[in-house]
Amino acid sequence: MRVSVITFPGSNCDHDAYEVFASKGHQAELIWHKDTDLKNPDLVVLPGGFSYGDYLRCGALARFSPIVSEVLKHATRGGMIIGICNGFQILTETGLLPGSLIMNIGLKFICQNQYIRVESSNSPYTFNIETGTPLMIPIAHKEGNFYIDMAGLNKLQDEDRIIFRYCNAFGGIDEQSNPNGSIDNIAGICSTNRRVLGMMPHPERSVTESVPGSDGAMIFAALEEYLTAFS
Amino acid sequence: MLKARIFVELKPSVLDPQGKAVTNSLNTLGYNQVADTRISKYIEILFSEGSEDEVNRQVEEICNKLLANPNTEHYHYTIEQAEYS
Repeated sequence: MRVSVITFPGSNCDHDAYEVFASKGHQAELIWHKDTDLKNPDLVVLPGGFSYGDYLRCGALARFSPIVSEVLKHATRGGMIIGICNGFQILTETGLLPGSLIMNIGLKFICQNQYIRVESSNSPYTFNIETGTPLMIPIAHKEGNFYIDMAGLNKLQDEDRIIFRYCNAFGGIDEQSNPNGSIDNIAGICSTNRRVLGMMPHPERSVTESVPGSDGAMIFAALEEYLTAFS
Repeated sequence: MLKARIFVELKPSVLDPQGKAVTNSLNTLGYNQVADTRISKYIEILFSEGSEDEVNRQVEEICNKLLANPNTEHYHYTIEQAEYS
């Protein structure tokens, strides 16, 4: 798999994301936000961090980085993009995904392991993962409270585009397991063509045995299986 | 020179956790009549040249393109004469 990880000024999960793919033998590239060549990837990763210091609104300024025009073209061609945390915020700011990530309801930066439930296996990122499977994946954000108006929420629900929801260890969805106030416990959504995914949790931080969980590896394995099956 | 004074506010339908926390603090301080607080952004932009119409058009564009997120925010502004200091 050819993977291009974009580094914005203030990105801090770009190397983690790069390592996930490079360590498995994929052709991974780190691409500076001022570059204009995406290197023809199968997958673009918009990593976590604080692009442009989160000035104005999280992700708002990254949208005008030169490479983002190329990312938009990649999306138009049907290319795959995963935006993690700040990457998800950038995807909503570019309009590739609907809704917005606003301040956590409790006003605090939350850094913890969090269960999320796979709501749909109909995406390259959850391919062959059974719907309803709880995954333990860390979150680390202050602006992760997903907001969308009711019409937008209904559309996401009707089109089966909610890919992950915050849940408890048994996969139960309730208010207690919602860490940040996100509407409908939403932790991740995909585009209409299902190839662009935005998620607040950090799967790239739960891949190796050196950390408390490795459920994030299932998402990257799903991507590998998907590409093997369809390319 | 012309200066735009721009306010970017959360839409009434969007919860403002910061505003809520400030309301709680004000109530704790004894300001029991305070029912709600909304926190907004205030932005000033100074234009080196251009007529009021031209500046008006640009501010509108700037707000739509960058300063406000139409999903969660709306904006309003005034334009006035200003000295560069």
